[in-house]
Amino acid sequence: METLTIKKEKPATKPTTQVSGSVAVLEAFLAEGVDTVFGYPGGAIMPIYDALYDYNDKLKHILVRHEQGAIHAAQGFARVSGRTGVVFATSGPGATNLVTGLADAMIDSTPVVCITGQVFAHLLGTDAFQETDVINITTPVTKWNYQVTDATEIPAVLAKAFYIAGSGRPGPVLIDITKNAQLQLFDYSGYQKCEHIRSYRPKPIVRKEYIQEAAKLINAAERPFVIFGQGVILGKAEKEFQKFIEKAGIPSAWTIMGMSAIPTDHPLGVGMLGMHGNYGPNVLTNECDVLIAVGMRFDDRVTGRLDKYAKQAKIIHLDIDPAEIDKNVKATVPVWGDCKETLPLLTELVDQKVYPQWLQLFKEYQQKEEDKVIKEELNPTTEIMTMGEVINTLNELTKGDAVIVTDVGQHQMVACRYAKYNKSKSNITSGGLGTMGYALPAAIGAAYGDPSRTTVAIIGDGGFQMTLQELGTIMQFKPKVKIIILNNQFLGMVRQWQQLFHEKRYSFVDITSPDFVQVAKGFGIPGKSISKREELKSSLQQMLEQDGSFLLEVMVGKENNVFPMVPQGRGVAECVLSREEI
Amino acid sequence: MTKQEYTITVYTENQIGLLNRIAIIFSRRKINIESLNTSPSEVDSVHRFTIVINETEDVVRKLCRQIEKQVEVLKAYYNTNDEIVWQELAMYKVPTEVIASAVKVERLLREHGAHTVVIRKDYTVFAVAGQREETDKLIKVLEPYRLIEFVRSARIAIIKASDGFHEKLKEFEYREPGEDAIENEFLNENEKVFSM
Ligand SMILES: Cc1ncc(C[n+]2csc(CCOP(=O)(O)OP(=O)(O)O)c2C)c(N)n1
Repeated sequence: METLTIKKEKPATKPTTQVSGSVAVLEAFLAEGVDTVFGYPGGAIMPIYDALYDYNDKLKHILVRHEQGAIHAAQGFARVSGRTGVVFATSGPGATNLVTGLADAMIDSTPVVCITGQVFAHLLGTDAFQETDVINITTPVTKWNYQVTDATEIPAVLAKAFYIAGSGRPGPVLIDITKNAQLQLFDYSGYQKCEHIRSYRPKPIVRKEYIQEAAKLINAAERPFVIFGQGVILGKAEKEFQKFIEKAGIPSAWTIMGMSAIPTDHPLGVGMLGMHGNYGPNVLTNECDVLIAVGMRFDDRVTGRLDKYAKQAKIIHLDIDPAEIDKNVKATVPVWGDCKETLPLLTELVDQKVYPQWLQLFKEYQQKEEDKVIKEELNPTTEIMTMGEVINTLNELTKGDAVIVTDVGQHQMVACRYAKYNKSKSNITSGGLGTMGYALPAAIGAAYGDPSRTTVAIIGDGGFQMTLQELGTIMQFKPKVKIIILNNQFLGMVRQWQQLFHEKRYSFVDITSPDFVQVAKGFGIPGKSISKREELKSSLQQMLEQDGSFLLEVMVGKENNVFPMVPQGRGVAECVLSREEI
Repeated sequence: MTKQEYTITVYTENQIGLLNRIAIIFSRRKINIESLNTSPSEVDSVHRFTIVINETEDVVRKLCRQIEKQVEVLKAYYNTNDEIVWQELAMYKVPTEVIASAVKVERLLREHGAHTVVIRKDYTVFAVAGQREETDKLIKVLEPYRLIEFVRSARIAIIKASDGFHEKLKEFEYREPGEDAIENEFLNENEKVFSM
């Protein structure tokens, strides 16, 4: 601490030292265990960057190429590590560039703390240079935000920020700090973590009555079905969850956000829910008698038409956020609480059971999907490659140990349908917001989140062009990110919809791309483009073996579609396996 | 479910920006706020919002959960009109000469429970506290006498069944709150919830 203080002798009971607001920010980070910051400097945050100069040995700062990249990287970091991601950005355009990432983190419950610089307090509201009303712009897309105009507030406000971002249902927090507060010296008496805010209740006391009601329903069920979301991962309750489904013997399907909470080859894992999820879990949602939803929020991409969703079933909903209970689907038994606590209580009360016939039914649907969709996708008869076979070959090589970061579109759905995972926190994707451009920066963050794991980004030719400037970040800081571009020469997912629902009127989905390998080369990243099946495995191997980043472009079928599909406006039971069925 | 008037009472910390956070919960869903009042509450340091909207109970319940989800909100309640005592304040500015010459007006005002706030040579301001119908009625009455200016405040309301917030706040202050602070509305309506 001596290095950063301008000492003043003061006979106080609690020793204080004079520090600047900027130093207080960095000390807060250290006290919260932050070691990596993603950011971009500018006028209004210069005092913090100046202080950062002396923290080089304790805080790694990754200079991104766009603030959107900073926050997506922080999200990727948070999702892989289970820790809070941290971002610096300057005022005005720096701060507004964060908005997409904040919205993404908000809807996907990702813990992120963003520090934005702001103009001097006396200039607030004067339309000063690079002054934007960041607090009001970000209010709808933050769990909490706060403007600091006085340095003495900084330790307590940052403590609150980290506590709020990471507790309960996590989310993004933005702290806007005026330049005068960053510069201001004040008597600093250390950092105290926040553990309680009287108006904030991150999780409730679990009421056993619900658990008993829920267990009663489960024990009486003949065809129970578990659907789970990211809550299991955010609650760090993967073990508790697995114990629960294994004792109760219940077939379980994941949402895109819940994916990887249990290994994809778990005998009770029946696949992915949702618009492009698996056939069985979608259709059989409307056949079960008790539906147990764990840490998921009944998003419309999962439920399809609500008035045709699981109407026959009694519904048990376990969630930490009371606002989610009864929001979209009315719960028969709401179990409000942290699933890390509620699941073991429930496991205790449920009978040890198996449902061989019911599970067999899932297998039969799986077989139908194999026959009509999966076989051709993984072992195509076409000359041109499919996205599915790329993912499948990748599985063979990584054995399901890699962190897979996907962008948004067809490749995302295909990757999530076919990727294998052995370990939790392995599927990083923009689920709720569907943010194209997410994958490349998120993969950079993911690589810092757990450097011991292989990080593979799977991106479309469209989405890659949204944030490809982050190749510069890779060039400079060398996180080991393996990039696969699945190039179908279209904005594929939109093209699919135009084909299926707009009479094939292809309106502005034909996208031309640069020579991606040349682009990567310009950033000092080796790469390769392939279009022949024979080259696939060896090229993936080369990519994985490369010590450092590598970009592999794979040319795939231009007009392939993702199936199964629950067309918009239809019920989950109306899931179709091919174009002809629509 | 039919729409009706609901009064939402929100106990909060006194924090800049919270008004916006609460307001956008309504505007995001394209719900019109009929009236909104902020004031201190019976508890020192705790702020109180009173919000009136016209909606179905289902929507109001969900809105209250979204409001309570805000970090600085302690509690949100919703009530129908028969569960509360409520008032609005209205002020009326009329030319003093008219009032002075037409004694009838003064009698009218007395009948409506109005009192005089200001009397000047050029104008007089009356005020009435009451419910919408009463304050509306007085507009009608005063219109012929050249009503110069009219304004009505937001609704303020007292919840008939409430014991106030003192005890509840104590619970919130604890790290491990008693069950009372986290009311379990699902369980408190046990029958309704489990019988569907
Ligand atoms: C920022 C953003 N803009 C637009 C969209 C709408 N959108 C969803 S998928 C998609 C096409 C993506 O194309 P590409 O990246 O090539 O992936 P593909 O679907 O072909 O795999 C578009 C435009 C979006 N999700 N995000």
